[in-house]
Amino acid sequence: MTVETPSHPSAEQRRTLVDRPRRRGDRYFRRGTVIASSTVLLLLGVMVVTTVLSSRSVFASQGIGGFLFGMRWVPAEGIFGALPFVYGTLVTAVIAIVVGVPIAVLIALYLSEIAPRGVARRVSYLVDLLAAIPSVVYAMWGVFVFVPVVLKPVQDFLARYLGWSKVFEGPVFGLSYLSVGLVLSIMIVPIVSAVCREVFATVPQAEREAALAVGATRWEMIRLAVLPRSRSGIIGAVMLGLGRALGETIVAAVLIGSQVDIHASVLQPGYTMAAVIANQFAEADSSQVRALLGLSVVLFVITIAVNVIARLIVARSSGAIRKVGG
Amino acid sequence: MTAPVSSFGRPVSVRRRRKERLAVGAMYAAVVASLVPLGLILYFLLIRGLGAMTWEFLTSSQPLTYVRPGGGALNAVIGTGYMVGLASLISIPLGVAAAVYLNEYGKGRFAFLVRFFTDVMTGVPSVFVGLFVFGLIILETPLGFSAIAGGVALALIMLPIIIRSTEEILRLVPESLRDASYALGATRARTIMKVVIPASRSGIATAVMLAVARAAGETAPLIMTALGSVQMVTSWSSPISALPLYIYQGVKNPFVAGQERAFAAALELVAIVLVFTVIARWLASRGPKGMRE
Repeated sequence: MTVETPSHPSAEQRRTLVDRPRRRGDRYFRRGTVIASSTVLLLLGVMVVTTVLSSRSVFASQGIGGFLFGMRWVPAEGIFGALPFVYGTLVTAVIAIVVGVPIAVLIALYLSEIAPRGVARRVSYLVDLLAAIPSVVYAMWGVFVFVPVVLKPVQDFLARYLGWSKVFEGPVFGLSYLSVGLVLSIMIVPIVSAVCREVFATVPQAEREAALAVGATRWEMIRLAVLPRSRSGIIGAVMLGLGRALGETIVAAVLIGSQVDIHASVLQPGYTMAAVIANQFAEADSSQVRALLGLSVVLFVITIAVNVIARLIVARSSGAIRKVGG
Repeated sequence: MTAPVSSFGRPVSVRRRRKERLAVGAMYAAVVASLVPLGLILYFLLIRGLGAMTWEFLTSSQPLTYVRPGGGALNAVIGTGYMVGLASLISIPLGVAAAVYLNEYGKGRFAFLVRFFTDVMTGVPSVFVGLFVFGLIILETPLGFSAIAGGVALALIMLPIIIRSTEEILRLVPESLRDASYALGATRARTIMKVVIPASRSGIATAVMLAVARAAGETAPLIMTALGSVQMVTSWSSPISALPLYIYQGVKNPFVAGQERAFAAALELVAIVLVFTVIARWLASRGPKGMRE
């Protein structure tokens, strides 16, 4: 870590020195960049306002509580209850997190603490490829290969031997909460492990060396020096993965089984918010489109809340580490 | 791997060594657990995609029904080109300008807010972006499902990616370059346009390529903006297909011919996305010398 000598003006001060005799062109240029960056705030604001306005009729006709906690979704009768979709979204996202996060954190630990640099570069290249594959390709692979060939036998096994518990109750159809959750868990690995690696990189090298110097094994070094420093950063990474899993559309639309129902068993077909929006949009009449817009508002609120919390945690933890390290 | 030995020369106890081996083993297992699906997906794509790939597929449009075999996905490739192109035209200038603000001028609360909400915007579900554009453009203006609406939706997805990665790139431009330019009497705007941006050209190109790769693979927002079409469309204002939409519709329909075409289209899409990703990596690795560290 380098320390700047205070006798020189800082980069910021040097830049403002140039600003002193402001020219008109300069001022316009600056104003242009301010406008460009305001568009982000503006866009998010407009997003909220437009979708809320265009969906308010469904909240009016069903009542906010009736919409959020309604169990039935019958467009022909004008009944729109979102609970089965909210439930499916949460269940699939939780499965994705429970399966995907340990894998992602272990990969991040391997890449930043164990692997030689060359190996780490190649492996991280491959893991990042997982993020480059479009979700529609995951959906296609899921429906033609993963679910029938890989997952079906696993599900049969779970239903036969753990079927007595409500969570793995049969019968097995193939498409289910579990099939979506597992494909999502593959998809969130690259983002979660990338953020975790950034968090691990902020742990001061001296602390690792201190642990090793008193005779710690590499695992003990990780447990003593790396993980305690990174706890909140890892939580932030998990929340980012959660945000991704909640909003993923096409994989859920193809693999969820499209059943408007709530099941305790993860082997049963269900539905998610994003999936029903994608599946029913094309055939929806006006009132159903409003209902789908209402669903998207609910989805937006949940994912934005998760993302804001995640970003705050990540920003705070890396800021804190920087302060301690400096 | 050698067995770890403590610094006092005493061998590490069996229990601790077992734990160490277990932990490292779990890490290897995790790497394998994520690379196996990658391998399976690529293998599936190659086998099924190449099996359905023909010269006819690359050069012709789709037949009017999913039942009929033959034909190709040229209409979808054109649609993807239209919409990603429009999205790039909107989001690149806007994104680079915003990044310039954040890195060159931004400080204080406003810059923090912009940075924070740009990050938040990367997490907005793409299906929500699609419905937003639907509510804004298709419900409120005479323009219906079209390449324009689809392009706007993709631009909204590309924008935060371009802003944040370009900002990271601009941060790497050494302060001494700016100082040298100021010393020659250049204003700040001139310094940015003639020194800072040229110096980070390849980095910005990397950011753009990654955003393009991401936008080219998006399906959900196009369902409610571009809608899709089985015909070759060259108009900006009528429903149009795109490769991800083409694949999605092929997978959803139970007809073998449509599915075969979807396999080939998936191979084509992944090839396009990977080409952009690889170009991005390559540009990033060969950036100007002074910026590599």
